[in-house]
Amino acid sequence: MNRFDYVRATTAAEAVAAASAPGAAYLASGTNLLDLMKGGIVRPSRLVDVTRLPGLDRIEALADGSLRIGAMVGNADLAHDAEFAKAYPAIAEALLSGASAQLRNAATVSGNLLQRTRCGYFYDTASRCNKRAPGSGCDARGGDNRLHAILGWSEACIATHPSDFCVPLAAFDAVVEIEGRNGHREVALEALHRLPGDMPEQESALEPGDLIVAVRLPASARTFAAHSRYLKVRERNSYAFAVVSAAAGLVIDSGMIKQARVALGGVAAKPWRARAAEAQLEGSAAGPAAFSRAAQAALAEAKPSGDNAFKIELAQRLIVRALVSAAQGTSERIPALPASPFSSPAGALHV
Amino acid sequence: MNLSIGLTVNGERRDIVLDDPRVTLLDLLRERLELTGTKKGCDRGQCGACTILVDGKRINACLALAVSHDGADILTIEGVANGEHLHPVQAAFIAHDGFQCGFCTPGQIMSAIGLIAEGHAGDDSERIREGMSGNLCRCGAYAGITEAVQEAQKILGNTRTERAA
Repeated sequence: MNRFDYVRATTAAEAVAAASAPGAAYLASGTNLLDLMKGGIVRPSRLVDVTRLPGLDRIEALADGSLRIGAMVGNADLAHDAEFAKAYPAIAEALLSGASAQLRNAATVSGNLLQRTRCGYFYDTASRCNKRAPGSGCDARGGDNRLHAILGWSEACIATHPSDFCVPLAAFDAVVEIEGRNGHREVALEALHRLPGDMPEQESALEPGDLIVAVRLPASARTFAAHSRYLKVRERNSYAFAVVSAAAGLVIDSGMIKQARVALGGVAAKPWRARAAEAQLEGSAAGPAAFSRAAQAALAEAKPSGDNAFKIELAQRLIVRALVSAAQGTSERIPALPASPFSSPAGALHV
Repeated sequence: MNLSIGLTVNGERRDIVLDDPRVTLLDLLRERLELTGTKKGCDRGQCGACTILVDGKRINACLALAVSHDGADILTIEGVANGEHLHPVQAAFIAHDGFQCGFCTPGQIMSAIGLIAEGHAGDDSERIREGMSGNLCRCGAYAGITEAVQEAQKILGNTRTERAA
């Protein structure tokens, strides 16, 4: 790990000023950042600790029916907040399907949003990687790439965004609140992460010094509570990143879908909102025909970036499964194996 | 750069001067406070051998900068027994043969204490396996580990009920 200066910020303004300097990075719990620093993948010259900033650890219900989640709220604390889990069950399930209990206890809301890809070539400093070393090339393109992107990728980069949390956040129109050098602003979560294009090192809409202070869920997000689900296919059933994941939310009236939300994880450099799928669902009967059409529409633009063509059909099947589960109704309790397609009403199957 | 922090480690107040902000809680415990019960396995948050409780919550000590935890209350494997009396989770690991080589055991025990305190798994073996998935055991003693956590949960659950009554 490189040497760095440590700055403990006491106000957001102080943090923004300290982190605007070249080479500076924010430190929340550090579960991803310290791992990257230990591997020499990132080498910040200054860490600005934002864990003590006042007011960022609160979950607040606002007068307009929206929910404001402070950036420093822990992933486990949020998932286990009883009111939160009841109102946003797919988000709670997504959180609990990520990482391990230890990491969820430490990891923060904003840290989860800003975690880096787990592409092995990004992590291996001996490999070429346009994200880590712009212009050096992409060894993933001709390498071990069965888990890489099938949507929105470019010749420069085929990495995926690894977050589970962000997938239902994108589906339910979350908004990110940012303090920056020019004051407060908001960005839709869907617009926070960028597709690689020819500049994969530009991963987000954030500018130097920008500090995420909260994530807000609009009032509409809780209207899907009775019919929502997050499902995640992993190479092992716990403590693994998604091969593909899907968030689904429905508003159903007399068997007809009034509103639909669909998003995918593990398929692109950003959480992938599938609006084409939603258009297929809204106004249709909640059943296999519409679910199948939605799944086809969601992956219409998909193409393999390597040995990963299987992910296209896998994503389609997972969308159908998530929609079937959502249509059946949200279960009272999050399953023993959160988000696992191998859970059944009779109990989870460890495989 | 000298950075002063105060920690409570296993009930004892420690004032520490860090000469380098790169020191993790894991390295602080092992190399500077001579508490080597907490193990360094992968040092990258993947194996769980370094699990400790910080302010009552289980975390990976290898991915936590000490300087960022000024004022924290830390519990390690050295602090869980009551004198000669083992903690119920320690006793249950012995009773159920929840280890072979023992390297992962301090982390397993700290993780189990954290899991039971969180109160979401109960004695459901499936939920216990899921809740303990951040602790790897290369000897594969998972069956014994799961049984040990189930038994400790029953004992600690009963103790709590008695205290409440």
